[in-house]
Amino acid sequence: MNSLHNKAAIAGIGCTEFSKNSGRSELSLAAEAVVAAVRDAGLPPSEIDGLVSYTLDPTDEIEVARSVGAGDLTFFSKVNYGGGAAVGVVHQAAMAVATGQANNVVVYRAMNGRSGQRNGQGVSGQIVTSDLVHWSWYQVYGMLTPGSWIAMIANKYMSKYGVSAEDLGRVAISQRNYAVTNPRAFGYQKPLTMETYLASKMIASPLRLYDFCQESDGGCALLITSAERAADLKQKPAVIRGITQASTQGQEQMTSFYRDELSTLPEMELAAKRVYAQSGLQASDIDAACLYDAFTSEVVMQLESFGFCGVGEAKDFIKDGGLDIDGRLPNNTHGGLLSEAYIHGMNNIAEAVRLIRGQSTNQPKNVEHVLVSSGVGVPTGAMILGQG
Amino acid sequence: MTEPLISRIKPILGLDNKWWWDQAAEGVLAIQRCIGCQSLRHPPRPMCDQCQSQDWDFISSSGKGTVCSFTVLHHPKFPGYDYPLIIVLVELAEGTRITSQLTDCEPDDVDFDMPVEMVMQRDADGFQLPYFRPSH
Repeated sequence: MNSLHNKAAIAGIGCTEFSKNSGRSELSLAAEAVVAAVRDAGLPPSEIDGLVSYTLDPTDEIEVARSVGAGDLTFFSKVNYGGGAAVGVVHQAAMAVATGQANNVVVYRAMNGRSGQRNGQGVSGQIVTSDLVHWSWYQVYGMLTPGSWIAMIANKYMSKYGVSAEDLGRVAISQRNYAVTNPRAFGYQKPLTMETYLASKMIASPLRLYDFCQESDGGCALLITSAERAADLKQKPAVIRGITQASTQGQEQMTSFYRDELSTLPEMELAAKRVYAQSGLQASDIDAACLYDAFTSEVVMQLESFGFCGVGEAKDFIKDGGLDIDGRLPNNTHGGLLSEAYIHGMNNIAEAVRLIRGQSTNQPKNVEHVLVSSGVGVPTGAMILGQG
Repeated sequence: MTEPLISRIKPILGLDNKWWWDQAAEGVLAIQRCIGCQSLRHPPRPMCDQCQSQDWDFISSSGKGTVCSFTVLHHPKFPGYDYPLIIVLVELAEGTRITSQLTDCEPDDVDFDMPVEMVMQRDADGFQLPYFRPSH
């Protein structure tokens, strides 16, 4: 259980510009982000010997390797389940460097998520696989988008605990407030008021437009190496204190509607239990977070999964300003997927690294440990980063 | 309600789910039953997760149930569906749940724990699938 504790670190981060129309190939975005990540660490691309991405990423590892002039590769891998892969790719890389399979593994995700394939437009397909049969139970009824799937769980949770539209709006506004000062963010210099939030159109009740993340073009990459090597590189390392993937009984991709209890996120509770045990830390030790936020309701529910408040109390935690810069748990201080960009969770991990380094555009005081989670409603994962 | 000119997305039919749609075409809302331990399950899968038996048959559901959760879809609008589209997660009297569409109900009137009953929808192209409507 403790085998990955303090073994690996994120030593470099690299991001392209985030936009609504990059005008470039995903390979071009991936290559730029990967090179930026290794240069951030003070290494040349030729030092890369491992690459990991998402199964949904259109750019294969060897295309990136050839483009950036990577060294010989001794580790390459891809992780499934959409945004659930965000921590998963770091998990793969951490295992590889901890066991000597590779020394410098770069994980990346680059997408034309607005101008090209839009995740928000849902799924379709012709080949018969168990995965496509799964989606077909929902497609036939017109339940075709992530918003529709998440809304079913959000509605149940909100009904059970009396969570209001204003409560979700507070999450959107808190993150937009961060984005307003972040030049990389879609929400840069674009504040959001509660009035505007409440007046925005209903998409999939109870979720309105501003409960949804961005659709973005852009790339992000991270360099993972051993904690020992990271200490000798250019940037202050973000050491991985604990990291895990998590999928639990009754798990479906987005539609885990058949479990007895629908108002919790069992896979996030498993991730929480494991990262806390692995790190020797607890919720009270976490100073800031980047909770996966494809939808505002996901942030609310995760506060309970990770033990930052009691069951049903997340709305009060948020109302008390808990997610804000001077609150108990500054969350998604870059604006997150809601207001910076939707790079499938990788930009949230990049922000978590900045928080450890003290480089966020909204840097809270005294950040020792940052919690990051990946996709909600899918097989997922979480990690805790700490000071080197 | 007028039928859309373009039909809905049809289910992909494989060895694990075609039988269920064949039953729907006959007017039956089927629930898969494990022969090994008699437990019911939905959506259908080839193996029972309780006893690992791959032997199964099915029962015909009463079609009676209650709304466990729901969402009303407004956007984006896909051809082949009517909006606002009320999607319900129904807890059937037999204990399993099914995701379906609620018909004969205004979007503002759908609520948790609302009693519903199955009504078999027949599209213009002859495709059949279970819908639910409020029951009184």
